[in-house]
Amino acid sequence: MNKSNPRERLVVVGNGMAGIRTVEELLALDPGRYDVTVFGAEPHVNYNRIMLSPVLAGEKTFQDIVLNDRDWYAANGITLHAGDRVVGVDRAAKLVMAVSGLFVPYDKLLLATGSDPFIVPVPGKDLPGVVTFRDLADVDAMLAASAEGGSAVVIGGGLLGLEAAAGLKARGMDVTVLHLMPTLMERQLDPAAGHLLEQALEKRGIRVITRANTHAILGEGKVTGVRLDDGREIAADIVVMAVGIRPSTGLARAAGIEVNRGVLVDDHMRTSDPAILAVGECVEHRGHCYGLVAPLWDMAKVAAAQLAGDGGRAYQGSVTSTKLKVTGIDVFSAGDFAEGKGREEIVLRDAARGVYKRLVIQDNRIVGVVLYGETADGPWFFDLLRQGTDITDLRESLIFGQAYAGGAPLDPMAAVAALPDEAEICGCNGVCKGQVTSAITAKGLTDVDGVRAATKASASCGSCTGQVEKLLALTLGDRYKPAAVQPVCACTSHGHDEVRRRIVSQGLKSIQAVMQALEWKTSCGCAKCRPALNFYLLATWPGEYVDDQQSRFVNERLHANIQKDGTYSVVPRMWGGVTSAKELRAIADVADKYAIPTVKVTGGQRIDLLGVRKEDLPAVWADLNAAGMVSGHAYAKGLRTVKTCVGTDWCRFGTQDSTGLGIKLEKFLWGSWTPAKLKMAVSGCPRNCAESTCKDIGIICVDSGYEIHFAGAAGLEIRGTEVLCHVGTEAEVLEVCAALVQAYREQGRYLERVYKWAKRVGSDAIRAQVVADLSNRRALYDRFVHSQQFAQVDPWAERVRGLDAHEFQPLSPLPVLEPAE
Amino acid sequence: MSNALSWVAIGTLSDIPVRGARTVNTPNGRVAVFRTADDRIFALDDRCPHKGGPLAQGIVHDRSVTCPLHNLVIDLATGEARGEDRLCARTLPVRVEGGRVLLGLGQRAVQAA
Repeated sequence: MNKSNPRERLVVVGNGMAGIRTVEELLALDPGRYDVTVFGAEPHVNYNRIMLSPVLAGEKTFQDIVLNDRDWYAANGITLHAGDRVVGVDRAAKLVMAVSGLFVPYDKLLLATGSDPFIVPVPGKDLPGVVTFRDLADVDAMLAASAEGGSAVVIGGGLLGLEAAAGLKARGMDVTVLHLMPTLMERQLDPAAGHLLEQALEKRGIRVITRANTHAILGEGKVTGVRLDDGREIAADIVVMAVGIRPSTGLARAAGIEVNRGVLVDDHMRTSDPAILAVGECVEHRGHCYGLVAPLWDMAKVAAAQLAGDGGRAYQGSVTSTKLKVTGIDVFSAGDFAEGKGREEIVLRDAARGVYKRLVIQDNRIVGVVLYGETADGPWFFDLLRQGTDITDLRESLIFGQAYAGGAPLDPMAAVAALPDEAEICGCNGVCKGQVTSAITAKGLTDVDGVRAATKASASCGSCTGQVEKLLALTLGDRYKPAAVQPVCACTSHGHDEVRRRIVSQGLKSIQAVMQALEWKTSCGCAKCRPALNFYLLATWPGEYVDDQQSRFVNERLHANIQKDGTYSVVPRMWGGVTSAKELRAIADVADKYAIPTVKVTGGQRIDLLGVRKEDLPAVWADLNAAGMVSGHAYAKGLRTVKTCVGTDWCRFGTQDSTGLGIKLEKFLWGSWTPAKLKMAVSGCPRNCAESTCKDIGIICVDSGYEIHFAGAAGLEIRGTEVLCHVGTEAEVLEVCAALVQAYREQGRYLERVYKWAKRVGSDAIRAQVVADLSNRRALYDRFVHSQQFAQVDPWAERVRGLDAHEFQPLSPLPVLEPAE
Repeated sequence: MSNALSWVAIGTLSDIPVRGARTVNTPNGRVAVFRTADDRIFALDDRCPHKGGPLAQGIVHDRSVTCPLHNLVIDLATGEARGEDRLCARTLPVRVEGGRVLLGLGQRAVQAA
């Protein structure tokens, strides 16, 4: 190189990680080539922006995160204009203009302008106290606010938002995170891991509100709170907007450089102007914009080579991984973890340690990784993913991580065998391994229930049941014959009863919590287990658990019965099978008005309107509601009909008011969800005209009172009922029936009819609970009454008022057409 | 020309429930637009290849939907039924752009709309 020539001039716009890394790479390749001038909008030297979170949290100081101090710039002959923003580029004259009025000529220009935080366009967004989380000034603003305590709202539950939330919490603020999507960090985590993360944050006292759509930021002259679309208001002394970033392209755009979402660059980081290169978050390369640090390093290498005259090096795009930097919460994700054809997942959940790991495999290669709670193997998995390594030979032990790679699959039995006798097995009751094994031997125990009775191990929360089973197997050898349990579905090895028991004992209150605690083998269940879990949670936590509509079969979601042609049938309730001219007239009018093709009398003493279009359902219901009729739940796993005869009102044989009792029963029991459908009848005398003896619960009136029957069937199977008991008054009928229904709700397996439940647990056992044990009967009755206050809402009326409107209306295409690329 | 696609905005992502679906009427029939737990969007003819069940009303799990009529499990991306049935529902191109859901329709269908 001819040293006598003046050196070329390189101007770098952006004193951040991408720009300065490029300069460093360039200095390593060709130290004397350029006179380098760097402009930075911030009044600082280059610092590690991704470490702002620990600075906010008080774990590091600014000095700790400085990457290049002033001496470095001086030693390398770099002119730094920190705090002087570049406002224009004159490409013809090859000059940059800074806000200070400085003009600097260039031969080569490197744009590394980074990105800008996205500001949600809501009223109040410009109020003092609304900050972003992007640079040191933002951190200083947050620190100033947190010094006075008070409360903070963070809008955005992504990486940056959660780090801001954790930092502000660590600084003593009362923090609420608002997130638009249903689960946190939904771009990086699957819903299962997002749910665990939410729980962990809540445990630290950070309030998380998902599906939160910010309507306005409140305050006069200074922020005081945030109002959501649903009207909720959350007080705030500071609001942090962390909903995302956008490539900062204003300068490039104004200079006439080609810009799409980001500044467009080729594989050599060149923009549309050959004298201008761009790197970092401001660029768009092959349709991708990156917001993470790893791609910057790759880009910097290529840009530096290009500046040094080596055009052979090309940037191919980056595969990125994400790690949340919140101390004590370990989250890692990489790649693509959506389910799909030809894709399999390997899921490992360890409820005791709060671990969830999921690998998505396609063609024997890892394509996606989500790790929660234990992320040490993240880089190893990420490496396998990036290299596209064939994992066939590692498969058996892959999910256990690198330490086990290629070795024998973990033998959980060996792990339990290796435990010393003093090792605690049951944390709830303080039972150690020696106590369990010696009880098995000394008392001749052969099953888990025996161990529970003798030692209390696994008798409380039950999370050690697996270990107790292994101890039984180790101690008894081949003599241990675990009862074959039919799993709920292929997503789990647990049966229905164990799932129900753990929901109660561990206080599990969401589908995701159940899946994690019971170590589900899939990430989000299937069409078999989700409706079952939804019912169990609903029955266990009345008034507390929110029904998951998406885990319901269509009939229970739309409150009508789907027919083979996709239309629906509508059955209004006719209490006890009694109707009136007014009701019949309303039904006739509805049939005419909505051109309902078939009107049919059902087997349960009511009228079925068949062939109703989905879009018409709310209007049909509105008309029926107006005539005083409500949903007949003909679609529900719940009370269907109470069929009656006319009893003492009309019949010469009638012994009691069977019609009146039927109506009372129906008005008392309707609306409650049960494991399967529930059909009832009340007959006024033993001639049994209402056919009570083939119902789930049937009443037969006699002179001396009422015989309560149960466990009949007249469907796939024919079964006469058994007598539950004889009572003297209507009030007792109501109490016994409610107690029986509640026992069924608490013990029945999902989709198990009463007769099957009775066959499984024994009719005598049921009699003992709901007849003989009066205090237990009363307790069951009370629990039923409690749950009814949340259940007895007419679902039709709710939907007439507009609930779930999206279920009934198709989307309407907007008249906006654009040609496809 | 008849092969050319036009993208028709049919609503926003938030119009479709997570792990759920909405339908949209097109000149070529009713289309079911699904949204999975991880916010991916898929579009299929709203007709189960088995007995014509309305797929949009099924339970959505993973990247599949279970038909409400007879529990056939359909892969949302390919339209293929799980199992040996060799049944397949027609898929339609769909994408999300700036929160808007765009459905790809044949030119003729668009003009008719």
